[in-house]
Amino acid sequence: MWHMHIVNDKTSQLYQQVMLDHNKTPRNYRVLDPADHEALGHNPLCGDKYKIFVNIDEHDVVTDVTFIGDGCAISKASASMMTSIIKGKHVDEIDKLFHQFHDMAQGKLDPDTDPNDLGRLKIFAGVRNLPARVKCATLPWHTLHAALQGKEKISTE
Amino acid sequence: MSVNTSSVKEKSRIRIETCRDDFPVFRREVHGKPLAFLDNAASSQMPYPVMRSYTDYHSRYHSNVHRGVHLLSQEATDAMEASRETLRALINARSKKEIIFTSGTTDAINLVMQSYGRTYIGKGDEIIISTMEHHSNIVPWRMLCDEKKAVLKIIPVSDDGVLDLDAYASLFSERTRFVSIVHVSNTLGTINPVKKMTEIAHRYGVPVLVDGAQAVSHMEVNVQEIGCDFFATSGHKMYGPTGIGILYGREELLLKMPPWRGGGDMILSVSFDEVLFNDLPYKFEAGTPNISGAIGMGKAAEYITAIGYDTIYRKEQELLAYATDRLSGIDGVRIIGTAPEKSSVVSFVLDGIHPHDIGTILDLEGVAVRTGHHCTQPLMERLGLVATTRASMAMYSRKEEIDQLIDALHKAIDIFR
Repeated sequence: MWHMHIVNDKTSQLYQQVMLDHNKTPRNYRVLDPADHEALGHNPLCGDKYKIFVNIDEHDVVTDVTFIGDGCAISKASASMMTSIIKGKHVDEIDKLFHQFHDMAQGKLDPDTDPNDLGRLKIFAGVRNLPARVKCATLPWHTLHAALQGKEKISTE
Repeated sequence: MSVNTSSVKEKSRIRIETCRDDFPVFRREVHGKPLAFLDNAASSQMPYPVMRSYTDYHSRYHSNVHRGVHLLSQEATDAMEASRETLRALINARSKKEIIFTSGTTDAINLVMQSYGRTYIGKGDEIIISTMEHHSNIVPWRMLCDEKKAVLKIIPVSDDGVLDLDAYASLFSERTRFVSIVHVSNTLGTINPVKKMTEIAHRYGVPVLVDGAQAVSHMEVNVQEIGCDFFATSGHKMYGPTGIGILYGREELLLKMPPWRGGGDMILSVSFDEVLFNDLPYKFEAGTPNISGAIGMGKAAEYITAIGYDTIYRKEQELLAYATDRLSGIDGVRIIGTAPEKSSVVSFVLDGIHPHDIGTILDLEGVAVRTGHHCTQPLMERLGLVATTRASMAMYSRKEEIDQLIDALHKAIDIFR
């Protein structure tokens, strides 16, 4: 068929199957009620908007985390994978991951050579070559960070 | 070389079929693909003659204008004033006095808001704008309304992207003081009936500003025929440089408006007790202007004139029809903005794929489009959208670029489905 296309390398590196799958069927996509913490993350530049809900036990371990909202595939997959990965982790561990993820997205940390705990989150490394899309990947993490810090609203531009 | 200084007055010397060769950017590749530049509504590319006018100024007669007695300053002044005359002729203003150089359309609208608006609009007065305005024709008026406790009235738009003229006419009251409307929508491509809208406003004695940023590169604009009181446009949307634009204002109105920026060039004499302002248009041009930009914008106007608006309009309408047809053929595509009168802009959404993902995939295939709200958030909200993908064509655009867009969209669909 004339419109069967060979997708170029950069595109397939960025939009990996795992990411597309999380975009199509996002995990933990629901309101958590009641929730100990929640925050709204908004990128006014592109309209991406996510709300993240977190419950934490007395040992500062995340017992449940969910999200709702809409945006591009990168931001939605990032929120979905983030919520899957941090469940059961201590907030200090999550804080470390947040910084590592942030550095990877900005190209300051190479997930293949620098020590890190990113695991499956490495698939978001492709955004470092697309400055316009870095904020898409990091928006859910900034929102989670804000929720854990007790802020109710954040905005990235 | 398509245009040189001795031949600029000759019309139709440049053929639209080959004009693309005058734009060096099309020799480059993007991500290893030929560049398909379909973001002309954001900023159009620049041809050699415009670039040459820029380097000529800087390499042969760079100096300040309107004050030196030396030859270079005289040449710079002559070139800038010749450009003003070219731009006057382009939009058919009565006099050069009515053409004020600004940094762009936004700056021109702000000039009118600061000078006319803050002088003649007060508490309880009403300003009419439309739902499809660019933020640059919303924010200044919102700021004025907040300062003066004036009221903003909004012309509604249909689902197709057409302004409701009956509703517009019914917005007028004895408190209406100003109308500011976009000529061609940057998001939808809709060409608004600005002549008719001006006639309606003038029945109530209300002055009209037309935001022409998206008009001048696509179609002949005749400010006297439109009858508008102000017309604003930008150099970089008509193959000229960034950072330059013009405000056309009817002399009668400009005369009764105070200057809003003070400084050199806009005065006749200064003492610590009293300032005597300069004549039009210099009253509104404080400080050393963007001289090379002004010269370049004039050169861009000459370039457009040398091809001819009829030729440009015909070709762009063909491209619009082709793009609309090919995009409509893709399953899941919905075109946003289907007014009967449109410039060469096609906004669309595609089921299941966010415009920003489309934009990235297209970019990696060499196709430059704009994605997002296009600085028209109230319009997007009215249409129930967060973002669209927008392909906008110019006189040098080719069907092959639209084909490249369509192929890239099929790739995006393959990835996401």
